[in-house]
Parts: sequence; structure tokens; C-alpha cells
Amino acid sequence: MQAQLRIRRYNPEKDTSGYWGEYTLNNINPNDSVLDLLHRVKWEIDGTLALRRSCAHGVCGSDAFRINGTNMLACKTLVSRLGAGETVKIQVEPILGLRVIKDLIVDMEPFMNHYKSVLPYFINDEAAPENGRERLQSQEDRARFDDTTKCILCAACTTSCPSFWANERYIGPAAIVNAHRFIFDSRDQAPEKRLAVVGDTFGVWRCRTNFNCTNACPREIEITKAIAEVKKVLATGEI
Amino acid sequence: MAQVKIHTFDAVIVGAGGAGLMAALYASRSANVAVLSKLYPTRSHTGAAQGGIGAALANMEEDSWEWHSYDTVKGSDYLADQDAVDVLTKEAINTVVELEHMGLPFDRFPNGKISQRRFGGHMSKTTGRPVMRACHAADRTGHMILQTLYQQCIKNEVNFFDEFHVVDLIRVDDTVRGVVAIEIATGEFHIFHSKAVMFATGGWGRVWEVTSNAHSLTGDGPAIALRRGIPLQDMEFFQFHPTGIFKLGILITEGVRGEGGVLINGEGERFMGVRGYAPNVKDLASRDVVSRAIYLEIKAGRGINGQKYVHLDVTPETVNRYYEEDGEDRRIDRAYIEAKLPDIADFTRTYLGVDPVTEPMPVQPTAHYGMGGIPTDVHGRVLLDAQKNPLPGFYAAGEVACVSVHGANRLGTNSLTDLVVFGKLAGKDMANYCQTAELLPLPDGAADDVMAEFDRIRNSGGGVKTYEVRNKMQVSMTENVSVFRTEETMKQALEDLEALRDEYQKVEIQDKGKVFNSDILEAWELGCLLDTAEVTTVSGLARTESRGAHARDDYTERDDENWLMHTLYYKEGDGYRLDYKPVTLGRYEPKPRVY
Ligand SMILES: Cc1cc2nc3c(=O)[nH]c(=O)nc-3n(C[C@H](O)[C@H](O)[C@H](O)COP(=O)(O)OP(=O)(O)OC[C@H]3O[C@@H](n4cnc5c(N)ncnc54)[C@H](O)[C@@H]3O)c2cc1C
Ligand code: SF4
Ligand code: FES
Repeated sequence: MQAQLRIRRYNPEKDTSGYWGEYTLNNINPNDSVLDLLHRVKWEIDGTLALRRSCAHGVCGSDAFRINGTNMLACKTLVSRLGAGETVKIQVEPILGLRVIKDLIVDMEPFMNHYKSVLPYFINDEAAPENGRERLQSQEDRARFDDTTKCILCAACTTSCPSFWANERYIGPAAIVNAHRFIFDSRDQAPEKRLAVVGDTFGVWRCRTNFNCTNACPREIEITKAIAEVKKVLATGEI
Repeated sequence: MAQVKIHTFDAVIVGAGGAGLMAALYASRSANVAVLSKLYPTRSHTGAAQGGIGAALANMEEDSWEWHSYDTVKGSDYLADQDAVDVLTKEAINTVVELEHMGLPFDRFPNGKISQRRFGGHMSKTTGRPVMRACHAADRTGHMILQTLYQQCIKNEVNFFDEFHVVDLIRVDDTVRGVVAIEIATGEFHIFHSKAVMFATGGWGRVWEVTSNAHSLTGDGPAIALRRGIPLQDMEFFQFHPTGIFKLGILITEGVRGEGGVLINGEGERFMGVRGYAPNVKDLASRDVVSRAIYLEIKAGRGINGQKYVHLDVTPETVNRYYEEDGEDRRIDRAYIEAKLPDIADFTRTYLGVDPVTEPMPVQPTAHYGMGGIPTDVHGRVLLDAQKNPLPGFYAAGEVACVSVHGANRLGTNSLTDLVVFGKLAGKDMANYCQTAELLPLPDGAADDVMAEFDRIRNSGGGVKTYEVRNKMQVSMTENVSVFRTEETMKQALEDLEALRDEYQKVEIQDKGKVFNSDILEAWELGCLLDTAEVTTVSGLARTESRGAHARDDYTERDDENWLMHTLYYKEGDGYRLDYKPVTLGRYEPKPRVY
């Protein structure tokens, strides 16, 4: 099997603008991941290709790219998902809406700043239980925010969102997912602080429920549902 | 020489996995600390840890830290230092509770307490059966630990230097003065001038071909330490986890067996019991034992269809049948697997097209965890020799450190415990050290050595590619220094490594630029991998016994008379020197290990 790759290239030290690099790889396997192919390009053909990656199995969140027009993790996307037959065409470009630093690498800082803006950390200033042990939590209470604990901050969701493309000040789905994780944690005591952030002009109301984020999430988090739950809390005042 | 930017801090922590972040939280309370990481902190491989963190909370059944100590020492094949093990298991309880107080979303038992599951080698003294000791959050416990610690670091405004690749330690005689790092986004060299330095750089599984470890786990920390005259301890002990996905190496947590999963050979036998490898606890024996069993089954032609893998079966049908056979009341169903092992199910569905609820998973041993590393005491202080003299101001914690609590074989769940327990103790000690220590001046040209090495790599023109050398090393180490080894195979590996060292000098990179030049960084990392591979093999060749993960076909028995001691490997010029230091024994006398 053969892969014909088009990779968006840009080297700030050389290029005035981006261009498509084209590479043909032979002897590929339907079970190869796109990351495997990118590695082959980098290792065998062009060592200057720049991309982030680490775990190679979809848990570190380094390699969210726009692959054949949709945001995915390269390491979790197998060739078989992109096509069959003798030749597969694969296009890889950086995720949209963040500044490209080099090739597939974007500036993650604005994304991380949105994440940090929702106070993504546990707040509970009450004394811990006197017996020196854990706080108790029922299985039902724990289940309410289980889905949103899975986020690996890959940015696939936020950078697939038209509202974010339209206005980069929108905090975006990933930040809301992480706010949800704390707002719905029965042990946390600062939901109103986070609700103030996500309820602001650049918060949840920018979401037009177009589901791009949910479709993009490699952790299969039901993001649109989480956003709706946060909206409901804002509307009703009840968690 | 180009301009080098200089930053000054009390202390620098290299690595932002579980160990580095825990240390940062504690050290930052009183010292001015910088955390440098070549990855964004949340990309660290701690996030890949699945099954659980060990602590004798006794939330469901009777348990005690003493039992946890005994299991750890037995698991270590008696090479662990027992005083350190006691610190690990005692502190584990408080520290896991502390993680919960930081907000970590553990799974819960119906009574609202932290949920615990069984894991290999963790036993109840009362029932003689596996005990529920692994505290977990589904099968993404490491993810939750990493996220929670990072979140707390944001809350406490820890100073991060993300995507800074540390390439040297500044050591002057018996003092450390900081580190040299490359800012990956600009390619600029920086010096972090400090009173204290901690390495928390994680493992080096990329020495082998099939591994559960991330591409980033290239042994930078141990290699840098070695080059700066610090010994590496017990490097011959590298754990091969029994259940990696066939060919890919992606880990399938022992938690699968903890939830009732069983290993089956090509003849349909539950071989851990039937073939006598571990008649009592069967699939929940410690990892070295299970990996050897799988290897031997495959060698005897009893892989699935004669191939190089066996099956790991967690389908409710199989699990419940064995529960019934073993007289256990528990039963599991699809919903239980989906709730307790969602990521595992996702991995096998994505990468193999196998649904673990209805089909068994093809598995083989995968290079997983370094028991050895930079020698430290329980406060993370790096020790320079067999007399345990410290190198003041230099600390190590996490997988890169060798305390030693894992000895010759680590028990599952004990690494996450190690990260948070010793990350905390090291962070505290380092902060105290900074209170009284002085900031010593930087030596002239502190970055010169490593800048020269980078110039060499940049300008080298031998036409060899990094990945070719790396592949050859990985293949040789997998052939020769894996689950089993012999004098012959280890000598072969050393010969291969010597040839590869020459080839390494001829590596020619294509990217001559500065911005995100991962071409040059990968080439530099390969040098670290070659160093760690060499230390592993030399240490293994010298140890003429079998113990834990170091299993030799030519010396099949453990030899306590001669080898109840830790290896220390020193780099000396182009050669090396080995030394040995005694194991600290305690309540548990070495005995044969039976599971
Ligand atoms: C798939 C998998 C599952 C596991 N499951 C479990 C489990 O269930 N229970 C358990 O107890 N253990 C488990 N382990 C083991 C455990 O997760 C690891 O040993 C542990 O997470 C290592 O943590 P660490 O903090 O030492 O290093 P890591 O988390 O690997 O972090 C290393 C850090 O160092 C940085 N770094 C490295 N080199 C440099 C450099 N040169 N310059 C700057 N920064 C650098 C990296 O960026 C990173 O931040 C598992 C391991 C794997 C691979
Ligand atoms: S919610 Fe999903 S897509 Fe968005 S950052 Fe988190 S893991 Fe990535
Ligand atoms: S490399 Fe870690 S998510 Fe793809």
C-alpha cells in the first residue's frame, strides 16, 4: 500500500509563507498510524519536519493535527480510517486558530491561558476530615463529572470551533470542559467563581452547539453536553 | 560562543511528571523554584499510567503498610533497601489521602471511600490471596495524578519553563551550580544558575524496540548524570511488563488481571497455574515471573497459533467461569469492564480492532520500567558512592532515581507511590537545603562542553541517520538484553553497541536551523540512549546470578552469598568502573520466592 502525503510546511527561518510538501511512502500498512507515517517522513526523507509527539497512543495530547480536514490525534488515527485500496491520500496541517510556529507546531499559549482562566484546580478550604482520611464522595456524585476528567488538553476541540475561529477571545470548549470538571465535583467549593468566568461574554454563550468539538475529541468526551450542563447551571442557578 | 541567557533560582527541577510536580509543589512553598520540562507538563508519561497507586488504605478489606512492605521486598527479589521500603509504604497512606485532598477524582466504593483493586504481588496475609490495594481512577490513574498535580501547581503559581530541553548539569567538584538547557522554540542555550538541582526525568524504555514508554523517554537524566561523574545504580534491572499489545508495546494494565482477566496460551490453558509458574496466585504473580512464563510458553511453541504472543482474556464469560472455579462470589459484566477499563477497551478497539468484552487480546512482554537509576537516599539526595556520600544540592526523584525501593523487580502500583512519596520528601529536603546553602558562582564557560557537542552534531557529515542507529540499538537490546539474557547475548550487545557508537559519530542531521529543531535533539537523545543501553548491559554481564528482572539462562539461581548488593556503574574516561554497595536488610530475610 502507498500513502501520498501532503503536509503543510512552514519554517520561519526560511519561508515567507506556508506551502504544501508532498511525500510518497511505499510499503505502508493499514494499521500504521498517521504518526508512524509522519515519523517515516521525518526520519527517512526530511529531518527538518517539525511536530510534537510523545506517548504514541493517544493519551498525552501532543499531536492534534488537521488530518484530511478534520482534527484528530495523528497517533490515534490509523491509515485504514482514512482510506482503502492501493493508494491513500492523507493531508496533514496544523490545527486552526493558533499561530503556526513551524510546520505542524502551533503556539499553545493562548489555549493554555483560556484553560487557566477557569481556575482549573480544586478549591476547598475547609479542614479535611478529622480522622486524617479522604473526603467521602458517593459513586453518583463522582459519576457526574467523570466524562470531563478525561481531557488531555490536546486542543482538538477548541481549534475546530467556528466560534473560536471567529473570535480568539472565546475561551473555547476545552476550557469549559475543565470548568465543568470542577463545577460538578461535589467536593469543590468555588463553582461560582468559575461560573463567573464561563458565564461572561467570552464564555459558554458563544457556543452555537455545532458539535465540531464533540466530533473532534479523541477522548470521546461529550463536550456539547457538558457545555449545555454548564449553561443550564447558569440559567437556573442550580448545580 | 553565542550568547547564553542566564536565569537565577534557588532550585531547578528538571522534569514535570508526577515526581517533578510533587517536588515542585513542596519546594515552591519556601524556595524560588523553576521547573524545566522538554514537554508541556501534562504531556509527561505519568499521564499514561493506568492501573493504580498502591497504598494500604484498607478501604474494603484488612490491609497494613507492613504487608505492603513485605510484598514490595519480596517482589524486589530482596534487593530493595528495607528501610526505604518502609518509608514508601507508610507514607503512601498519607500521600494518597493528600492527593484526594488536592481534588484527585479517585473512583469510589459504595461507602464513598477511595476504590481499590487487586494487582500482581500484593497479598493479604490473612487470606493468602491478592488484596485490594491499588487505588485507582478507572484505568487512567496516572492521568488523574498528573492533571491534579499540574492544576495545583497552577494554583500555587509554580514557575514553569515548558519545552526547555536540559542537556547538561553544571557540577564543580562536589557542588552543583545549575543546568544548561535549550529553549526548543528558539534553539537558544540558557543557563539556570541555582543552589540545588533535581532530576525527575523519568525512564528510558526507548532503549528497546517494543516498549510501553513514550518517544520522549530517552534516558537524558541518567546519561547527563553519568557524564558528570555520578554513578548509576542497578541498571541491569529493567522491567518487562507481561502484557503489552502484540508488536505495538502499548501497555495493557495489570489491573485487567486484577479485575479477573486471565492469560491463556495456544493450547487454551491458563498457563500461570496449570504449568506451575505460580500455582497459588496464578495470573497475579509479580511481573518478572509472569513475563518469563509468557516468554517460555512462546518458546515452547505454545503461543497463539505458534506465534509470539499469548491471550489476555477479560471477557465476562471467561472471567466468571474462573471466578466460579476458584470459589469466588464476584461476577463481572460488560458494563463493569466499560466502567473500570475504558481506556484499555479504547486502545484495543482502536489499534487492534479487538473488543475486549467479547474477544481476548494478543499480548507480549513490553519494555516498561527502570528499577535502577541515579542513587539517592529517601530524601532524594543523590549519593556518590558505596559509602553513601551525597553530592550536596543534587537531587533525583521518580523513575530516574534508585532509592532503592523496587530492587530487582518493581511491583505494579509502586511507581506512582514512589513518585508522590519521594517527590514530596525530596522537594521538602531541597527547599530546606536552599535555606542555608549559598548560591555558588558559575564557572567560566559553563555551557561550553555541551555547546561543543551540539556543534559537533550539527556539523557532522557522515551520512548516517539517527533512526538507523536507534533501530539497530533497539533490535540488539531486544534480542540480547531483555526478559532473559546470557553472557553470550550480553557480549553480543556490547559488541553491537560499540559499533553503533562509531556510527553515532557519523550521524548527519538535515535541520541546521534553530526553531524547534527536533532533528538535532533526537540525535542528542540517541547519545543518551546508547549510554543507558551500555550501562544496562555492562552491569548485567557482571552480575552472575538471576534475580528479579535480571534472568540469566547461564546463571539461573539467585546467589545471595555473592550478589545481595547494589551495582554502581561509573563512567571513567572512555571506560567504566563498577562498584557495589550492600543492601539494607530489615525484618525480612531473603527466602525463595513462591507465588
Ligand atoms: C503505560 C504505563 C502505565 C503505567 N502504569 C502504572 C501504574 O498503574 N501504576 C504505577 O505505579 N506505575 C505505572 N507506570 C509507571 C509510572 O507511570 C512511571 O514510572 C512514572 O509515571 C514516571 O514518572 P516520572 O515523574 O518519574 O517521569 P515522567 O512522568 O516520565 O516525566 C518525565 C519528565 O521529565 C521531562 N524530561 C525528561 N528529559 C528531560 C530533559 N532532558 N530536559 C527537560 N525535561 C526532561 C519530561 O518532559 C517529563 O516532564 C506505568 C508506566 C507506563 C509507561
Ligand atoms: S476536551 Fe477532548 S478535544 Fe478538547 S482538549 Fe480535552 S481531550 Fe482534547
Ligand atoms: S503522541 Fe501522545 S497523544 Fe499522540
